[in-house]
Amino acid sequence: MRAYKPKDDVQKKPYYTDRFWVAPQVPKQPVESDEIFAADLAALQEKFEVLDAYIQVEQMVVYINPEDNFEVLKFFKEELTYDQLSELSAIDWLAQKGEFEIFYQMLSMNKRKRVRIKMFIKEDQAIESVEKLFRSADWSEREMYDMFGVKVNNHPFMKRILMPYDWQGFPLRKTYPLQGDEFAQWYEVDKIYGKEARDIIGPELRDTARIDRYDSERFARLGHEVPKGAPVTDDDPINPQEYQEDEGVFMIKKLKKESSVIVDDPQR
Amino acid sequence: MAQHKVNFTQDGGLPVALTTIDKVVNWGRSNSLWALTYGLACCGIEMMASGASRYDFDRFGTIFRASPRQADVMIVAGTLTKKHAEFIKRLYDQMTEPRWVISMGSCANTGGMFNTYATVQGCDRVIPVDLYLPGCAPRPETLQYGVMLLQKKIRSQKASRAKKPKRLM
Repeated sequence: MRAYKPKDDVQKKPYYTDRFWVAPQVPKQPVESDEIFAADLAALQEKFEVLDAYIQVEQMVVYINPEDNFEVLKFFKEELTYDQLSELSAIDWLAQKGEFEIFYQMLSMNKRKRVRIKMFIKEDQAIESVEKLFRSADWSEREMYDMFGVKVNNHPFMKRILMPYDWQGFPLRKTYPLQGDEFAQWYEVDKIYGKEARDIIGPELRDTARIDRYDSERFARLGHEVPKGAPVTDDDPINPQEYQEDEGVFMIKKLKKESSVIVDDPQR
Repeated sequence: MAQHKVNFTQDGGLPVALTTIDKVVNWGRSNSLWALTYGLACCGIEMMASGASRYDFDRFGTIFRASPRQADVMIVAGTLTKKHAEFIKRLYDQMTEPRWVISMGSCANTGGMFNTYATVQGCDRVIPVDLYLPGCAPRPETLQYGVMLLQKKIRSQKASRAKKPKRLM
């Protein structure tokens, strides 16, 4: 198993850097290149502050202030007819910028256009819930809180949705180890048997490919079984596998291969 | 002698069979293993196939029950998440003694491919397991063979109630 390395700064230090590597960027077009988007953006800029806007893969991306998120989404829904909120979540940029990026993906059915509304918030900053505008935001915002720890104000039921209610930590943050922190690794043992059971049950065995034929606690070699915990030697007794033992079952005869008959003729 | 009269001292012998209590009780237990319906993931599909007509678990006396109080064997078929761990313990506690557990498939055995924060790394961290079935997912034949091995294990045990209950710790 690979040795565990703390992943606190995993975003700052990639394990391999190519001096001449240029990360490919999806090309951006100005919003003026599409007249529907240009009209939408002009209407938006009259009421709200727009930090940045461009078109990427035929979708308009708009950066706004996080304080405006409810009003902007209401404006997009009611004035600009973007009447579906198809997705909503956060992106962890804590290592680079100390911020989360929140995005709302919206669809207008009669304009046949998609818009992505983005904003940056600090780690401990809360945003306003849009659940009153879109019912789909209910579970999405709960998932965002569950996975990233982004708090949402005025949500009707701000609890975890995927992880148990008493879970600690936010698993989709980049700093969260894939195999869990100490709380996660002992979660079921602590909850069911208590912390004092840790020594008896032992830590999780994370190498799922591990096989040890001399370990009779966890493995049994078919045909060469020994009692649990007994030492395993190279010349184990042979214990042929068969379903039924001799005279093992009351009133049921054991099938003997030599006394069986193969019926060749179906019309027999 | 009249036709209906049976000479008990010849041919079939007396209509009496001598055996031990252990054998009779274990014969009954091993041939009416009622299983708790416990499909947690894709292994549950194979478990359902084992119960359906092609593989036909009823031949072995294995009938799936939806209540732990009526079940003798719990077939843990699928990925056990940490959120679900307390419930599998509760259901196991609700089963009446004697009870057995079959861990079906890689996920229930060791966590399998889900080497992550949210998966219990083997259901034997929570409940004691009698039989581990390898495979991802094991075919219905494997589960049938596992049930047959479990029947053999039951027949090799004492039937008495004084037997110490299995504990994980």
